[in-house]
Amino acid sequence: MGLLSDPNRRKALTGLLTRLNTPICIVCYLAGIVWFMGLAFEPFTLRTYMSENAMGSTMVEERFSSGERALSLAKEFDAHKRKAGGMPVEWLVKAMQSRGLEVFTQSFSRKLPFPDENKERYMVRGTNVYGILRAPRAPRTEALVITAPCSPGNTNNQAVALLLALAQYFRNQIYWAKDIIFLVNEHDLIGTQAWLEGYHHTNITGMEYSPLQGRAGSIQAALSLELSSDVITSLDLVLEGLNGQLPNLDLANLFYAFCQKLGVLCTIQGKLQRNDWDTAEGYTHAAQTMMLMVLKQACGRSWGDHGLFLRYHIEAASVRGINSFRHYKTDATTIGRLLEGMVRKLNNLLERLHQSYFFYLLPSLSRFVSIGYYMPAFGLLAVILLLRALDLWVHLGAPALAAVDGVTEAEQPSSPGVLTVLTPVVISHLTGVALYLLPVHLQEMAVEHFPVSETEAVVLTAIAIYTAGLALPHNTQRLLSGEGTEQGWKVLKLTALLYLAVLLGCTALINFSLGFILAVTLVPITASITPHIALYAVVMVLLSPAFTILYCVFIYQELIEAPVSVSEGWMLFLSVISQGILDHALYGSLVYPLLALFIYPCWLMFWNILFWN
Amino acid sequence: MAAPLTLLLIVAVTIRAVLFRSSLAELISARVEVVSPLNAWKRVVEGLALLDLGVSPYSGDVFHEVTDGITALALYLSIQTYNKDVFRKQKYALESDRYSADCLELLRSPKEMFYIPLKVAMFYLLNPFTILSCVAKSTCGLNNAIIALFIFCTLKGSALLSGILLALATYQSIYPLTLFAPALLFFLQRLYIPVNLRRSSFWFFTLQYAFMYVGSLVVITGLSFFLLGSWDFIPSVYGFIFSVPDLTPNIGLFWYFFAEMFEHFRLFFSCVFQINVFFYTIPLSIKLKEHPVFLIFMQIAIISIFKSYPTVGDVALYMAFLPAWSHLYRFLRNIFLVSCVLLACSALFPVLWHLWIYAGSANSNFYYAITLLFNFGQILLVADYFYAYLRREHHLTHGLYLKKKDGTEATLVLK
Repeated sequence: MGLLSDPNRRKALTGLLTRLNTPICIVCYLAGIVWFMGLAFEPFTLRTYMSENAMGSTMVEERFSSGERALSLAKEFDAHKRKAGGMPVEWLVKAMQSRGLEVFTQSFSRKLPFPDENKERYMVRGTNVYGILRAPRAPRTEALVITAPCSPGNTNNQAVALLLALAQYFRNQIYWAKDIIFLVNEHDLIGTQAWLEGYHHTNITGMEYSPLQGRAGSIQAALSLELSSDVITSLDLVLEGLNGQLPNLDLANLFYAFCQKLGVLCTIQGKLQRNDWDTAEGYTHAAQTMMLMVLKQACGRSWGDHGLFLRYHIEAASVRGINSFRHYKTDATTIGRLLEGMVRKLNNLLERLHQSYFFYLLPSLSRFVSIGYYMPAFGLLAVILLLRALDLWVHLGAPALAAVDGVTEAEQPSSPGVLTVLTPVVISHLTGVALYLLPVHLQEMAVEHFPVSETEAVVLTAIAIYTAGLALPHNTQRLLSGEGTEQGWKVLKLTALLYLAVLLGCTALINFSLGFILAVTLVPITASITPHIALYAVVMVLLSPAFTILYCVFIYQELIEAPVSVSEGWMLFLSVISQGILDHALYGSLVYPLLALFIYPCWLMFWNILFWN
Repeated sequence: MAAPLTLLLIVAVTIRAVLFRSSLAELISARVEVVSPLNAWKRVVEGLALLDLGVSPYSGDVFHEVTDGITALALYLSIQTYNKDVFRKQKYALESDRYSADCLELLRSPKEMFYIPLKVAMFYLLNPFTILSCVAKSTCGLNNAIIALFIFCTLKGSALLSGILLALATYQSIYPLTLFAPALLFFLQRLYIPVNLRRSSFWFFTLQYAFMYVGSLVVITGLSFFLLGSWDFIPSVYGFIFSVPDLTPNIGLFWYFFAEMFEHFRLFFSCVFQINVFFYTIPLSIKLKEHPVFLIFMQIAIISIFKSYPTVGDVALYMAFLPAWSHLYRFLRNIFLVSCVLLACSALFPVLWHLWIYAGSANSNFYYAITLLFNFGQILLVADYFYAYLRREHHLTHGLYLKKKDGTEATLVLK
């Protein structure tokens, strides 16, 4: 506490921090970036290990052998799906009943706020079919879920068929201590959402669904299966869930352990693992994998059916079969065995998965970076904002601090009125509220007056409001608060810096990737901004939240090795925005409201400083 | 001054009315930062229903808005009275040349003091903490109103009303007991009775005030007994406050410790934790015996930090006094740090709560870390104001520019 009470040492410290403020900030920024990039370097990461005792040492022998039968079932399912022109509910119910499950259906309907052009749906009506295998050995208070989406077209038939084959096999085993729910959901995430809300008696998104007739115990873990071909070359594990939430790392460890045991090629973010970490290519590969994870996590959407389970404290992951042109193929029996092994290990759990990490990044499946290692990268960026704020604070109180703290002759210059600072803050936030509310509510009007579809109307309104916000503040500034003073913008900048620091800090705690990406783009310009410099205006626009999204789209496409041209990128950008708004309306993703209601207004406050007069 | 005050009241009531009618009200009333088991409105309603009184006498949100208004008004009038008092004293001191010559700039001018009462009312009414507390219908607003009325009566010099209100506040939550000392000091000062243990006039007045206080406390407790027909309420209210059986997380320091420790140390630890509230009364009373109103502020702050079930409503009450000490601003040392800490903590409370309870990815340690930081910020704030107050007094008597014996400039250090 000496630092807080000894005036001389305090003075020395603040003096040092204000004198060397800019160099310290630059060093911090570079150190933050370097630290982050260093996370992908193998010697700095930890090897994954199974923390959960119940899953670690127990022996499991996989005996599933009806892979061939599953493939013929897939053909049958495909035929019925074609005949029904959607989900063959009756056939599925019969198929599950004949395998000895308790079968129930749930119908649901949902009207989207505006048509989803990616998936071509607007009024969604569907049915979930699920069968419960009651546990013979325990009081049925806990359950596991295996789910396979029933997708339109040719996809995912094998997943549903394998699910049925597994159900048949599991039915004959006696060791189950948890109920196992086999769920086939229609309309991917919407169906999952309806089922989960029905299961937990909640309704947070305004979905209409019929109540569930049969329930099992509290769900401990869930696996989602996506499989579209008879043989696969590798299995991809998808972890990123809603709002960047991740399942417990032990689930990934479990998957990796079984892939190793059964000799299945496994990938994460579609990237195989390499062993040459000491070469440049090896490092780049790991860095790319990690960057992909960061981008996927940052966008806050659920990247598979598992993502919605996480909200209910259920550890879940998606396993996706990939068939590329490699020679090495894996058949359905092996995938069945892999799932059998994973479910059996999960069946051994005595309590929910909680031993291992919840906050991590994966540069490869066998290496992870925990929160303690990646948080400093963000901390180094965030501390810049605080340092600048301190610097401004000292400058604002400069006359008072010139003499020994507090003792001074100089009359304190009259501080700027609250109104000068409050006006831009309020206006920025009102613009943010408009950006949040208007696009969806004004779509009908926009469609009437302009020759665009509803989806385009929503996206273009959002972009229009966003751009209009740039013009707004420096027109209203003069009108409302008269002449701005030198003190005025400094106080506004101080407020905005602290606001941004708190905002980014909170974001990074919930979704590290989003917080970090925003910090990388927003921190340098917000820390250095001063009024009336045209260059800053250009940089400011180029580093605004919307451009950040655009860059992320291009980087993402580059990383998944599907580079796009500028016009394609622009189209993708538009669809990303519409998807973001839809994700918020359908599943309660928080990225869109965060950007519209907080980040964008905060950015506008800095924009306001630029045109201070 | 009436016009801005009315405007302020209207704005404050509008904000509350809008929030009451929005969907946020339910969300806010479930936040652990805002309501504690002692002041949750749900429990009041439940209690009244159990008493078989039918519908509660003051159901609905109007009651809570009115209590907030009363608190603000009482604070407004008290600070106005206090300022007049301060100014009068300053004039006498100047006339009798008690102040050092070079500290003219430390003196307070009527111009800067004019808006302080309004600012105090504004700090109370527009403080997000108060608004949250009011919208959650926490009875904390009622406690605050009674304490504010007590301060008002004390400053107006009515010993009887002050004693009765203090008894009421004590009856509600025990801790305001420590406000007895500053109130007594204030009355003694007002009646020009020196604090001298050998003087009979000192003892006479102390006993008189204590009698009023204890008498009304006995009457109120007796009334509760007759209303309920048993003494059960004593252990279930005061025992509940002292032994902290409800470990729902809140912004205080108790819940985590009491959840973690072994059961057989419970008595020891509750003594150690509870003594904090009462412990500082005596040294502070000795140090600040000339400044009872500042002592009241210190005591309210200490109560809100160390009480067993604190909520943000308690914090709001002492924060309302901050404008009254705006002349200490130049001597504050850590105000930047403190405001950053309090701001960040207020934002982090709901975030970490979400991570712990809903996402399941963080745990109670995260939340408690923020609680600790929040309380650290509060303690630093109070300590800073205490130091600044003492330092200003020191400068007033010894001059603003202190020299060491060898002629170099000296600085004051609090050790």
